[in-house]
Amino acid sequence: MNPKWTVWLGGALLAAVIAAAIYLPALRRQVNKAKDLTEKTAEQARRELLPVAPVSTGDPMVKVNMFWGSRGQEGELVPVTVELPLSRDPVLRAKQVLNTLLAGPVDAESRTLPPDAALLAFYILPDGTGIADFSDEIRTSIPSGIQSEQLAVESITRTLEANVPQVLRLKILIHGQEADTLAGHVDLTQLFRVNARDAAGTQLDNPSPPGSLLPAPIRKAVDTMRKATKRK
Amino acid sequence: MALRFGILLVVRFCSTPWQLLASGMLGAALCGVTIAWAVPAQRGGAKTVQATANSAPSPSSGPSGSQQASGNLAAQAPRTGLNVVVLDPAHGGTDPGARGTEGITESDEVLQFAFATKKALEAQGFQVILTREGNDDPSFDDRSARANAQRGAVFITMHIASTGLTGTARVYVEPDAPAPSNIPGLIPWDRAQTPFLSLSRKLGDLVQQELSKRFKGSPDTLQTAPVRQLRTTAAPAIAVEISSVSVKERAELDRMVPGVADAIARGLVDFRPTYVVPNNPFSGGGAQP
Repeated sequence: MNPKWTVWLGGALLAAVIAAAIYLPALRRQVNKAKDLTEKTAEQARRELLPVAPVSTGDPMVKVNMFWGSRGQEGELVPVTVELPLSRDPVLRAKQVLNTLLAGPVDAESRTLPPDAALLAFYILPDGTGIADFSDEIRTSIPSGIQSEQLAVESITRTLEANVPQVLRLKILIHGQEADTLAGHVDLTQLFRVNARDAAGTQLDNPSPPGSLLPAPIRKAVDTMRKATKRK
Repeated sequence: MALRFGILLVVRFCSTPWQLLASGMLGAALCGVTIAWAVPAQRGGAKTVQATANSAPSPSSGPSGSQQASGNLAAQAPRTGLNVVVLDPAHGGTDPGARGTEGITESDEVLQFAFATKKALEAQGFQVILTREGNDDPSFDDRSARANAQRGAVFITMHIASTGLTGTARVYVEPDAPAPSNIPGLIPWDRAQTPFLSLSRKLGDLVQQELSKRFKGSPDTLQTAPVRQLRTTAAPAIAVEISSVSVKERAELDRMVPGVADAIARGLVDFRPTYVVPNNPFSGGGAQP
């Protein structure tokens, strides 16, 4: 090959390498941006598929207390008053306040629950036991630790106590299943006391089947939910 | 196996039908006796787990609601004081726990705290058992079983949070719960901590006081939280949570190690004279006034 052509070829290759070195980081940024966009879209799609608690426009706007984290005091909850068209039906009411709690406060630092978690279902049993079924994100996206998990559960129970007096105690499920812990620390096998009127507390007299801390009616409801989730 | 082999030998050397019949009956009788002896033993094992001083219950079989951790562990045995400290560095294996800056993981960092605490406790004359010493992840029940198998033990599970004021430490105990009304003298595995709550609070108060002296911003009093690891532990049990893995640099956490170890050791030294193993945990005894 002519030495002149060799020089030209070498020069062209060098130029290509320099161009690639400049362009590749920009390409990488674009790919990452596109990936984030896809993830957000998937999350949005999932949220759109979830049954949203119907809000009746006929219901009057009511001031409700939501319990979010305190900015000043570490590990404390503070009531924040917001206005909602709150339903009279206790189940819808519970769904409304829990969805508002999940949507989070204006100040992201006061959040107690992960922003991508969703309430999948909520039931109230005749004995006043509420069953809240959350998506997996409540376990996977929550900051790990006793304090943060305790704060998450307390924000749910205190918000329900303030706004849905029919719920006396609460069972938390994750994706229709009974979970051992929230994220490795706080025990979810038990019932959480919501209302002071629940004199029996979390220790109900109903017999539990072996291997379960749950009283029989609640166990039955959990099993029903589990079957429904499997069918989906 | 040996019996069966023996029977086969007898059959081979039988010369008459009567001898054959007799040897068959003898074999059947031996089988019957063996089965009768084995079946009740199996049934008993499934229903209860005796967490006695020298024999650990078998959590690997999955302690169910029907399984029991012994409550009045050998009521006739003499009362003894605090002998053993079971230290539980949380998480491990595929579960890293909280993840923070500089690749800090709770499971790795908490081991350093546990090793230092072990050393500090041994210097005070305590026998120390670690629920894990490497990167493995025993189940909640396996960890509890290490304490439930001891007499005169306390259990301390150690955590590092991903939140909280950096450089602080908190002690947690289980919230109050009514005593389970099951078989007298036996504690359901799922509620093994209940009879020890007053002792746990006493221990937690002492350790928290020591931690708040050393780490500014830590609470003066202990906290209550339904920590899963504590529920199945039939001994005074506390959780110590350090903040946090979200430190700017690892050295900030490393600087806390000697202080945490010393605070726990001091707390246990103060707790030791007041701790008497309750003969009947449901009587609420144990801690001397």
